Amino acid sequence: MGIILEVDQVYKHFGGVKANENVSLTVEEGSIVGLIGPNGSGKTTLFNSIVGTHPIDQGSIYFEGREISALPVPAIAKLGLLRTFQQTRIYEKLNCIQNMLVSSKPENDTVYNVFAKIPEELTEKSENLLKFVGLYQKRNLRAGDLSFGQQKLLELAMALMNEPKMLLLDEPTAGINPTLINGIIDRLIKVNKEFGITLLVIEHNMRVIMSLAQKMFCLAHGQLLAEGTPEEIKNDHRVIDAYLGVQ
Amino acid sequence: MSKNNIIIYGLILVFGIGAPFLFPAYKLQISILWILTILALTWDIQGGQMGYNSFGNILFFGIGMYVCSSVQIGMFFPLSEWTASGGEKTFLHTTSQYFEGFTYGLILAGIIPAIVAALIGYGILGLRGHYFAICTLGIGIAAGEIAGGIELIGAGQGMTVPPWPKGIGGTELRSQFFYYLCFLTVSITFLVIKWIYQTRFGLVLNAIRDNEDKAEAMGIHTMRYKIIGWVVSAFFLGIAGGLMGNMIGYIEPTEIAFAGSTYGVFMVLMAILGGKGTLWGPVIGAAVFHIFKEGFWTFFLGWQYVALGALIIVIVIFFPEGIMGWLREKYPHRFGEVVDEADRTAQVELT
Repeated sequence: MGIILEVDQVYKHFGGVKANENVSLTVEEGSIVGLIGPNGSGKTTLFNSIVGTHPIDQGSIYFEGREISALPVPAIAKLGLLRTFQQTRIYEKLNCIQNMLVSSKPENDTVYNVFAKIPEELTEKSENLLKFVGLYQKRNLRAGDLSFGQQKLLELAMALMNEPKMLLLDEPTAGINPTLINGIIDRLIKVNKEFGITLLVIEHNMRVIMSLAQKMFCLAHGQLLAEGTPEEIKNDHRVIDAYLGVQ
Repeated sequence: MSKNNIIIYGLILVFGIGAPFLFPAYKLQISILWILTILALTWDIQGGQMGYNSFGNILFFGIGMYVCSSVQIGMFFPLSEWTASGGEKTFLHTTSQYFEGFTYGLILAGIIPAIVAALIGYGILGLRGHYFAICTLGIGIAAGEIAGGIELIGAGQGMTVPPWPKGIGGTELRSQFFYYLCFLTVSITFLVIKWIYQTRFGLVLNAIRDNEDKAEAMGIHTMRYKIIGWVVSAFFLGIAGGLMGNMIGYIEPTEIAFAGSTYGVFMVLMAILGGKGTLWGPVIGAAVFHIFKEGFWTFFLGWQYVALGALIIVIVIFFPEGIMGWLREKYPHRFGEVVDEADRTAQVELT
């Protein structure tokens, strides 16, 4: 398995705040990797840096061996590197099916494609993916009328509609009904195994991330604190100190 | 097409074609209604569907107006002498010259504003929310002032448009001709926009309105879509401008062409009154607005702007979503929003 994503010595400062400081990590193709760290440790900033939301100060980011740190957001997304948001972002006035349709990746943006009627197969594909995340019954509801947790599921389905190679998930289970969490873990594993999508997951729920990830990175104060298997991370004193405070 | 749709389209077609005979006294007013409908429909592409409140779309209307008449005149006579001498006193278009000039004029009245929209759009469509609104407001006002300083097109005095040729029928035929041209233009505009909203393009416009950052994160180059949307608006607005200039017969920079304080505001009001972000909203809004406006001018002369202001307040307070939005809330089933109550309350289960 090759390396799909490589973050090489990335720095990102906001004024005096050192959000990311010399962060390096690699993600292997086809794996599920966890990214943990206390609030404000720079996890979401790192996601934003990777997908091009803001320029990085120093360092490089490679996706499938290609330098992407200077590309704009849509260009990176088109390469197959997508992210979801911690605070859900959906198109609230469109219904779920429309949310899905607009998320599909057109083969190209030629005038003909853009002004053509939306093909029937896409509707079918949307419905299937909505079934996959359990939202089929809600398909005709406006996305804005869904609950927060349902919007998170919709966002996941939208990302899958786009057929990415790699997904960056920002707290996929935050705000979700505990009874659904097992279902989501199961779906994410399926996404990884059956759809072949590499996952990089930010998560605070240790039970979730420990059962998902094969490898984990821990950030604290913008710096990479530790990396290793879930077992190693769980027993790493620096990680425990960072999360719970030094005794 | 459902039965209801056929009835609605049929009624509009019958009204559109028969109006000059049924209401001959209101022919000009109904022609202007069609122009207003174009203004509202094209404004709604940005303001309603895309969520970019533009207060400068009047720019394209004015450019279209000037381009059309300049072409009509310039094809056959020196434009500067025409505007200097008050035009039609010295030069006279033959019948064939008139229609030839008018045809080319209208085509260019669509194309040139579209190009302008692409260029300006590239520069300012990166602005969002209030910043975009204020920027377009400035552009609309500036355009009128600039046009008022260009001698070639008559500067502040304005320019006359070639008069209707003498050889053929009189004012009756003239008003008939412009009436049907307006009706044809509004029909084409409506159909094109209706079709656009059914394509991926329409969905992307809505996506930009609801969450532009998300659209970009999903790999949509939103800038392209925003520019194309504005180009479509500008094209039809320009043609509407060319028609309007010829109907009135006289172009003045700030009161008629770049009339930001009247038509520029009206197009926003009509779309909001009818329901922005809907296909039919701007059409209904234009009709209701035009009737009220003309009523105020007839019955409250002197107080017409006060009455119009009161109408605006009523619209904003009682119909924030417009007439179509209000109907949609009341009769969601009529709008294809068939949602089972069971589906709405169903718990999501993942097993």
